[in-house]
Amino acid sequence: MTRPRGTLTRFGTVTRINHWITAACFVLLTLSGLAMFHPLMFWLSGLFGGGQWTRAIHPWIGIVLLISYAGLVVQFWRDNLWNREDLAWTLAFDRVLANEEEDVPEVARFNAGQKFVFWSMALLIPALFFTGIAIWEGYFTSYTSVELQRFAVLIHSLAAIAAILVWITHVYAGIWVRGSMRAMTQGYVTPGWAWRHHRKWFRALAATGSTGPQPGNDGDKPSK
Amino acid sequence: MSDLQSQNYIRRSASTLTPPSVRNHEAEVAKLIDVTRCIGCKACQAACMEWNDLRNEIGYFEGSYDNPMDLDPSTWTLMRFTEWEDDKGNLEWLIRKDGCMHCEDPGCLKACPAPGAIVQYENGIVDFISENCIGCGYCVKGCPFNIPRISPVDRKSYKCTLCSDRVAVGLEPACVKACPTGAILFGSKSDMTDWAGERIVDLKSRGFENAGLYDPPGVDGTHVMYVLHHADTPSIYAGLPDNPQISTVVSAWKGLLKPIALAGIAFAAVAGFMHWVVVGPNEVQPEDELEAERLLEAKGQPDATDERPGMDRPV
Repeated sequence: MTRPRGTLTRFGTVTRINHWITAACFVLLTLSGLAMFHPLMFWLSGLFGGGQWTRAIHPWIGIVLLISYAGLVVQFWRDNLWNREDLAWTLAFDRVLANEEEDVPEVARFNAGQKFVFWSMALLIPALFFTGIAIWEGYFTSYTSVELQRFAVLIHSLAAIAAILVWITHVYAGIWVRGSMRAMTQGYVTPGWAWRHHRKWFRALAATGSTGPQPGNDGDKPSK
Repeated sequence: MSDLQSQNYIRRSASTLTPPSVRNHEAEVAKLIDVTRCIGCKACQAACMEWNDLRNEIGYFEGSYDNPMDLDPSTWTLMRFTEWEDDKGNLEWLIRKDGCMHCEDPGCLKACPAPGAIVQYENGIVDFISENCIGCGYCVKGCPFNIPRISPVDRKSYKCTLCSDRVAVGLEPACVKACPTGAILFGSKSDMTDWAGERIVDLKSRGFENAGLYDPPGVDGTHVMYVLHHADTPSIYAGLPDNPQISTVVSAWKGLLKPIALAGIAFAAVAGFMHWVVVGPNEVQPEDELEAERLLEAKGQPDATDERPGMDRPV
């Protein structure tokens, strides 16, 4: 991909494709899941060819999501490890919300909010997967008791609502912090963006002369 | 099985609007199964298959009178046999005709996400409208009696209809018609309750002091009722629930969670929008680009000098 010179790679091509497969699955699962969650939204089942199709296709999309998100976990877990500075950033979150980031602690590749989204989904997606398996009619319900299915469907719904809330936060953050969307669509950010939002990450790149993560390179080695 | 326009709906799954209900002379019906008169001949089972055109696949002998061993998509009623010993060591052969109880407060209908896939007619019959069924199995989770079964062939849920098609044209259910001992009766719910009362007096006079009517209040009563010789312990009749009610897990999922969840999602979306309106986007400023450039120059980055200015400035 051609991109302006001097910009930094935020997300590599594989990462971006992986992310958008995950995103597409999540949106489809939200639409089909909400159709089966509340009568007000049953009309969404029309997007999938009717109620039977919605019910049939939902779990298969879920499997793709699980695999796809596993790919993101493999690529991102290291940069999302929680540390002491994340607590300081979280305590200064009111300043972040107000777009006044001068006194907010410097952030490495991901801030505490991004880490929260990452780990929430890392927890919720497997929870949704396992409870979903227990209530997958036609394949697995003969192996689970009805009482277990009752709990599974309740936990599945709760986890889904939590995941949707996290997802709304994630999407809004991408809209709110300008330049983030392009980081995930085209893959690059400007040095100013990195300085403003991920100064610690930017300092590490500058120190090593790297332009960002490349395949097989987590950003701490020079890329040329 | 199918939609019967000759009956008002009083409940319709996954629907918030009042269904058409102009008729006002529909009495509540009930089927009364007098377990104490049943001889276990299975004529009711055969009649159910006959009327509803259901033929199960032939299975295997499992060492029990129960045949087949469980309800399934093409077995809507099933005689369940129990050998029970009372505390004096006397053997009693308890035979219960199992099937949908047609609850006044149907858990299957409460749990169903597909509009109009489960309806309750004004006469009390709970019916599955197969064309609207999506095969999710939520009715199975909602049912306190473990009745609905999902067909592996068409992925739709099936159970006893109380012969709603026959009842709609003034006939009694097929099982009632076939019963040779009068153990299964059908009529208005009040008539059936009265008749059961007489029968229970009779049973008590003959030593069954715990004889009683099974019309469980936990589901607001049922439109299929049993006369039991041991109404104090329904569970001895092949696991008939002592106090059936819709599981609190199902109630939480279908009751409280739905409005709270939708409100939460709406709140999150509105909060995001309001943040945008009040605080606005977080945009990279020219100073940020300058600071970044300064840092890169300080580190002696060769390609960080000339092309940089002017790039990706916020508009």
